[in-house]
Amino acid sequence: MPSQSNAPAGWRPRHGAYWLIILPALAMLVFLYLVPLADVLVTSITDPKPGLDNYLLLFTSTSVQKTLLTTLRIAALTTFVALLLGYVVAYAMRAANSSQQRLMLFCVLLPFWISVLVRSFAWIALLSSRGPVNAGLMAWGLIDEPLPLVRNETGVLIGMVHVMLPYAVLTLYANMRGIDVRLVAAARSLGASRFQAFRMVFLPLTRPGLIGAGTLVFILSLGFYVTPALLGGGKVLMIAEYVAVQINDTLRWGLGTMLATTLMLSVLAALWALSRVLDVKRLFGA
Amino acid sequence: MLSPVPEPLVRFANVRKSYDGTVDAVRALNLEVARSEFLTLLGPSGSGKTTTLTMLAGFERPTEGRIFVDGEDITDVPVEKRGIGMVFQNYALFPNMTVAENIAFPLRVRGVSRAEMTSKVVRALSMVRLDGFGDRRPQQLSGGQQQRVAVARALVFEPRLILLDEPLGALDRQLREQMQYELKHLHQRLDVTMVYVTHDQVEAMTMSDRVAVFSTGALRQVDVPRRLYEAPASLFVARFLGESNALPATVRQHDEGCCAATLATGETVTAVMPVPCAPGSAVHLVVRPEKILLGEAAHDSPNRFAARIAEVTFLGDQTRLRLAAFGADDFIVKLANTAGQETFAPGTEIDIGWQAEDCRALAE
Repeated sequence: MPSQSNAPAGWRPRHGAYWLIILPALAMLVFLYLVPLADVLVTSITDPKPGLDNYLLLFTSTSVQKTLLTTLRIAALTTFVALLLGYVVAYAMRAANSSQQRLMLFCVLLPFWISVLVRSFAWIALLSSRGPVNAGLMAWGLIDEPLPLVRNETGVLIGMVHVMLPYAVLTLYANMRGIDVRLVAAARSLGASRFQAFRMVFLPLTRPGLIGAGTLVFILSLGFYVTPALLGGGKVLMIAEYVAVQINDTLRWGLGTMLATTLMLSVLAALWALSRVLDVKRLFGA
Repeated sequence: MLSPVPEPLVRFANVRKSYDGTVDAVRALNLEVARSEFLTLLGPSGSGKTTTLTMLAGFERPTEGRIFVDGEDITDVPVEKRGIGMVFQNYALFPNMTVAENIAFPLRVRGVSRAEMTSKVVRALSMVRLDGFGDRRPQQLSGGQQQRVAVARALVFEPRLILLDEPLGALDRQLREQMQYELKHLHQRLDVTMVYVTHDQVEAMTMSDRVAVFSTGALRQVDVPRRLYEAPASLFVARFLGESNALPATVRQHDEGCCAATLATGETVTAVMPVPCAPGSAVHLVVRPEKILLGEAAHDSPNRFAARIAEVTFLGDQTRLRLAAFGADDFIVKLANTAGQETFAPGTEIDIGWQAEDCRALAE
């Protein structure tokens, strides 16, 4: 029998049939996503006149540079804080028993069910100068006047870390679960203190998780729009909001599309660089 | 003149361990390990052997009782301060380090100088016949080689005691046998004390100076392998080590370690009775399959009975007979493959017998 499949002839549809099924989705992707994306690329080198003038602004315009630096700084800080906090939570989850684990996982995923918009307004209410956080700190006598926790970079950072934390926790937890706990026990039995066993054995083994979670959080943070716009109080301008302003208000579409393109290319470049050192597919569970 | 009794290296004194407060994983454990001894803790899973090892290593604390090493009470000493080398079932090699870094680990955490570390690692590698493998990653080695790295890592810091937790469990049979002898020779060469956990009785007998048999949390018997096999103190030990025929019987009379007992089917058997039981008490008469005499040879033994061959299995080095006798058909006889071995056919009536000293009356 020449047939390699043991299914009867005619049982499996030809490959063409599958293409037919995914055609609507494919068409939607091409016409509503890839074509506009190409349009963005083209606009960035044709508006207002053909050439790379828009891209030259990356090197000449101080306001563009300031926005880019702000974006990079906030994304980096968010990544750092989210990794730090996420590591602790993931570590605790790994050590917990299975019913505690379920509860903790539920708590980590809970924010996903609440809109970013709602969460941002909630943070504004919580962190404002007369909000419960400042009121509480003042009632305890820890501070004399309200701390500026919102409508500035601190507020943006708090809100972004809150949104990013589940990503960090889940990525780190997936990595930590794959680490054999007996390795730490073995390190202890060979004479390592708790801290030495952590630093020399456990921490190095979580490196792929840290890199993966860090990249994920950093890339997602670069494109943040709602949180900085609301919690920054208009004072903290990140690239996504800057692009929106160019498109909606100043109508400098060339500049806006150039920044959007730059952001996309940076993210792709970051992913490519990452793929050189790590198995990206495995990292994100694909 | 009294000869000085050497202080044992390890001593468990009345140790009890309960994980949940209701069931004892280990109870009333009193056990000593002599210096330079190879002692195996043998038992089925859940017998308490691994818990015993874990307490000695320091991963678990006894609920009651004390553990001494070298005369020092180490019950409350943390794992890393005990100076005990341990080889784990899955080897537990650090995947983020090379073979040499793995072996150097216990030296590194002890702050040993780089030069001394290098020379000790090289020596440890050659001890386990892995010269030149230092730069490999553990994942690049075969199971047997990983096992050797784990052993090298456990002995490189010259611990007073090495614990091995079923270290050969993951290897295939041939490699396992080879590693048994390798470990045994390493033990002899290094003159180090080893405590080994296994559920495999052949492994235990191959390597050990003494074997401690555990079941359901209790230590049943500790002795050299031959004594354990020839003179089991309980039915459990007799059944766990090698094969035996166990016939339920009632003691009729006993005298100076010997007894006469009646089987349920009416026959009377003379046997050795290590622990005296009052007449009327129920015992099992245990006799090893290779001690059974057949046909002519059985005629002048004190215990002689009629049987019928139910099944004959040729196993190469031995022939195994299953006999119908004493109202059942699971009486096993093993015959070594010797010259002039007569052949047997199923269905044949045959006389069986055994010497009184080859049969032991053991209480449940």
